[in-house]
Amino acid sequence: MANQEVDQSKRKFLIAATSVAGGVAAAAVAVPFVTSMMPSERAKAAGAPVEADISKIEPGSMITVEWRGKPVWIVNRSQAMLDALASHDDKLSDPKLEVTSQQPDYCVNPARAIKSNIMVLVGICTHLGCSPSPKLQTGADMGADWPGGFFCPCHGSKFDLAGRVFKGSPAPINLVVPPHKYISDSVVLIGADDKGVA
Amino acid sequence: MANNKLQQASTNLLGWVDERFPLTSNVKAHLTEYYAPKNFNFWYFFGSLALLVLVLQILTGIFLTMNYKPEATLAFASVEYIMRDVSWGRLIRYMHSTGASMFFVVVYLHMFRGLIYGSYRTPRELIWLFGVGIFLVLMGEAFFGYLLPWGQMSYWGAQVIINLFTSIPFIGPDISLWLRGDYTVSDATLNRFFAFHVIALPLVLLGLVVAHLIALHEVGSNNPDGVEIKKHKDPKTKIPLDGIPFHPYYTVKDLVGVSVFLIVFSAIIFFAPEMGGYFLEANNFIPADPLKTPPHIAPVWYFTPYYSILRAVPPILNSQFPGVAAMGLSVVSFAFLPWLDRSPVKSIRYRGNLYKKWLAAFVVSFLILGYLGTEPSNVWGQFAPETLIVGGADRATVVARIFSLVYFSFFALMPWYTKKDKTKPVPERVTA
Repeated sequence: MANQEVDQSKRKFLIAATSVAGGVAAAAVAVPFVTSMMPSERAKAAGAPVEADISKIEPGSMITVEWRGKPVWIVNRSQAMLDALASHDDKLSDPKLEVTSQQPDYCVNPARAIKSNIMVLVGICTHLGCSPSPKLQTGADMGADWPGGFFCPCHGSKFDLAGRVFKGSPAPINLVVPPHKYISDSVVLIGADDKGVA
Repeated sequence: MANNKLQQASTNLLGWVDERFPLTSNVKAHLTEYYAPKNFNFWYFFGSLALLVLVLQILTGIFLTMNYKPEATLAFASVEYIMRDVSWGRLIRYMHSTGASMFFVVVYLHMFRGLIYGSYRTPRELIWLFGVGIFLVLMGEAFFGYLLPWGQMSYWGAQVIINLFTSIPFIGPDISLWLRGDYTVSDATLNRFFAFHVIALPLVLLGLVVAHLIALHEVGSNNPDGVEIKKHKDPKTKIPLDGIPFHPYYTVKDLVGVSVFLIVFSAIIFFAPEMGGYFLEANNFIPADPLKTPPHIAPVWYFTPYYSILRAVPPILNSQFPGVAAMGLSVVSFAFLPWLDRSPVKSIRYRGNLYKKWLAAFVVSFLILGYLGTEPSNVWGQFAPETLIVGGADRATVVARIFSLVYFSFFALMPWYTKKDKTKPVPERVTA
């Protein structure tokens, strides 16, 4: 036994086979650990769609509801605000909504909305995730040529009343319009549309 | 007679241990017969000080976990409980929070020592790489730990940093979701950050520190002259002629450094634990509110140079990934130094003016970027709209861009300027 000559090629093969089998096993064991860090079933359930009553929002004002822990703004835009939307396209980074990931298909229109006066937006800056402050009125502390919109205090990104980003902002793209649908005239469901739950 | 017996017993006990565990030989190899160059100056305090701060952080951290609750509804209150109701809890918490900042102070000075004396050069590349690893883990520790008090700055800082990963093409959003374990920074995020902060990263950190020291003791310490003391050994004893045993010589010398450090450390803890908002930001004494961003978000001072670089890079092709990549590169660049430096000499003492100018430019950039990172980007106002090229841009942003370029040029152009530099002759033996 002890004097038997070592079969090097057999040894090499066994080393390689053991390493591969061990590597596969290690990778397989890593899967449950890595997956355990994804949102749990409870977190997913808590991320379910939320309803919001829009009947009591005065024209020119907004409410904030919470969806998946994020602020969602619902702005009831006045006719004047809607009319002004088309007036500053040249100052916007993406006035024609070419970055399609930022809104569902049914909101690709000049108002970025299903009902043109009701703007639904995820209130999280597309730069680094801060929550911009509403500056809905024209002018005021934002300077005379401010058309109304949102201003992110973290790094100074500016968005108009359709959540479209102004050129020169650190934020590269428009604010997100979440999937939503109207259950009735006065109730909007955020986080789900006719295609299903987001 | 009795004395003799006792002596014999102790030798025997030590002998008994030594036959089973290499105690005496390890003490000799790493302390009493580890020969360090005799010409260390004050720059050589910061390695042992970093070790001291590491021990302090682990010790205070253990006691903090006895009262801290890693749960979103309890975390903020449990920190306030430590601060107000736990006996000496305020001291222990401030030791830990001040320790975090002081860790970066001594590590930055330790790294600067490596820069000026060429301590990263052959044969010490691995010491340097382990060191860069320690630095990266330290940044992770600081980031994960900063979420735990669950204040406004904790929350929104974590939100901003995790969102950086979102900008990675294709897989970014999934990585962010995976890191958070929820659709937003939440209890799940806090819980896992706690796990990373108190167990995962400290274990990695300790492993890297051990590797750093093993590698150091294998090749021996560099010194302010950048000459190898192992080149000239006593022919009989084989001990480097310019070496002295680490213990007692440098253990005693380091005690002086420790004393001075502890005076400064105590003064901060006793009189200015928040350091005017630089060590603990005012907004972090407000509980985290996921629906309301504080008006000005800035990281703690030790991250601000890299944060400035992030802000300085404009979005390209509707993506902020270039800025994130530049920030990552600004940290990782240090790892390439051993291969970027082509100078025939190691120490700044024998380098020419060209290198000194570049090093000065780098330090100035680092400090200015660090300052700008603590301020809003419109701190100096804007250029007038009619100004050529930069019309309407924030002045601070333009300045940050210029100094970001200098920062990267220090690394990128190093092969060129270190080769071209006029060096002075290096002595054979260390100078006094």
